[in-house]
Amino acid sequence: MNTTKELTVKESKIAYLLRLADDRLILGQRMSEWCGHGPVLEEDLALANMALDLIGHASSLYAYAAEVEDEGRDEDHFAYFRDDYEFTNLQLCELPKGDFAFTIARQFLFSSFSYFQYQQLKEAKDEQFAGMIDKHFKEIKYHLRHSRDWVLKLGDGTDESKERMQEAFDELWMYTGELFYIDGVDEMMLADGNGADLLSFKEEWKKLVEDTLKEATLNVPDWDQFMMTGSRTGMHTEHLGHMLAQMQFLRRSHPDADWK
Amino acid sequence: METQQQLDDFQARIDAGEKIEPKDWMPERYREQIIRMGSQHAHSEIVGMLPEGNWISRAPSLKRKLVLLAKVQDEAGHGLYLYSAIETLGVRRSELIDQYLYGNAKYSSIFNYPTLSYADVCVIGWLVDGAAIVNQTKLAHSSYGPYARANLRICKEESFHKKQGYEMVAKLAEGTPAQRKMVQSAVDRFWWPTLMMFGPNDSNSPNSAELLKWQVKLNTNDELRQHFVDRVVMEAEAVGLTLPDPDLKFNDETGHWEFGEIPWDEFWDVVKGNGVMNRERMKSRRKAHEDGAWVREAAQAYARKKNLSREKAS
Ligand SMILES: [Fe+2]
Ligand SMILES: [Fe+2]
Ligand SMILES: [Fe+2]
Repeated sequence: MNTTKELTVKESKIAYLLRLADDRLILGQRMSEWCGHGPVLEEDLALANMALDLIGHASSLYAYAAEVEDEGRDEDHFAYFRDDYEFTNLQLCELPKGDFAFTIARQFLFSSFSYFQYQQLKEAKDEQFAGMIDKHFKEIKYHLRHSRDWVLKLGDGTDESKERMQEAFDELWMYTGELFYIDGVDEMMLADGNGADLLSFKEEWKKLVEDTLKEATLNVPDWDQFMMTGSRTGMHTEHLGHMLAQMQFLRRSHPDADWK
Repeated sequence: METQQQLDDFQARIDAGEKIEPKDWMPERYREQIIRMGSQHAHSEIVGMLPEGNWISRAPSLKRKLVLLAKVQDEAGHGLYLYSAIETLGVRRSELIDQYLYGNAKYSSIFNYPTLSYADVCVIGWLVDGAAIVNQTKLAHSSYGPYARANLRICKEESFHKKQGYEMVAKLAEGTPAQRKMVQSAVDRFWWPTLMMFGPNDSNSPNSAELLKWQVKLNTNDELRQHFVDRVVMEAEAVGLTLPDPDLKFNDETGHWEFGEIPWDEFWDVVKGNGVMNRERMKSRRKAHEDGAWVREAAQAYARKKNLSREKAS
């Protein structure tokens, strides 16, 4: 996508919205797997709440992408009728839910990144877009607080919880490089006044993550280790396909049926 | 020792419609009954998350996914209100949970049936939440204050669940042939188990007399079941679905719908643990509980450390 042809502003905008939405749908779908299986009742509620927020955000971003596209499609088209290689979510979001430590570590990394990203996007020139982002921003702040609290509790809890938390961050680390992936889509949206300048907050984000891990008595893994790339242009782990198969099967089995 | 005078005074308060509050004197047997009934209700809310949760990942539109997820989340909230209400009687939630995961405390048998299609979760909203409302609207007037208030809060959300379920049932009933087939099959499978939710016939319900005397319950099982049937028959008719009971007929004299014999053998089988999903449900709940043990321990350890350092600081 970034090599073959120049995208128009409209195409870039759709791609940009889909990247934001895909991250949230896929992570929300993973998070919803906890529903009914949480470690304690209060957390069942909290995890379901985050899943609801994420999928809700995705849904409004998809709906807006459909509006910009103006081809008579709706949010469900993007969620249900695209295949693995058409999804542009971060690989970080599609990895299996793992144990509670893994879920929390991933949510913390994602929410802290989203926090900085949305702080800029809510000032976007496009008022409809900015308004939507501003509404979601309040919930992102809650996700960040909630996941950060648990990183501290589990990191500085028992030997077992510390070990699990450390393992989770170690495993997730190589998926953090992509958070700051930038290509023509980002550049065009930034120039258009509707994008976030990812590099502008990279150091601040790293500091927030490092400070949190240190406070949680955890080791900060090596930022310079090998990092995965490619998801913004459709490269994924094999986990995504299985998730989509489950998510999309009913809708695709009855293409003429109305389910709204 | 409970004196006759105490028991009489207690009964007088109940008869006068007063609410019993946690610090009030109460017969030990009353306390036991509230704990038994209330915790059974709480466990049901929690186990009830599983059959519907089964379709969250496969819901056929983003809107339906959000509606279903929010609904299942509400059920977790109901469990929480109810456990809190019961904890006012001096039992801990963890003890109550142990009683159903590893002991013989019960939960509603309806949740031991599988959800085989997406229409099942819509029919559950309509019938199962519908039946729960009939029960819980009455329990909102129960004599034990905290339990009554928890039910009042729950009822508001259950009505919403029922409304959403029925709307979706109506939509499927007028949808494609596949959607109609799906929803009729769900009604066929959930009709009798839903009627069983009200419990055994009055003649067969050992706890009822005492619960009624103390106004823990305000109506008998059969009264509530009849109330439910009278309403649902009309709702089924309105959307063109068939209830799987050839004996269903309106009695002009009583003004009620008469229905056929409930398959009680099946009811007792499922109560005894032999439903399609009994073992799976318990396995899932135990697994969640056991997998979460290290998380609960860590949270406690962290809280202890924080308290300790706060004490040192002051
Ligand atoms: Fe409920
Ligand atoms: Fe209920
Ligand atoms: Fe409900």
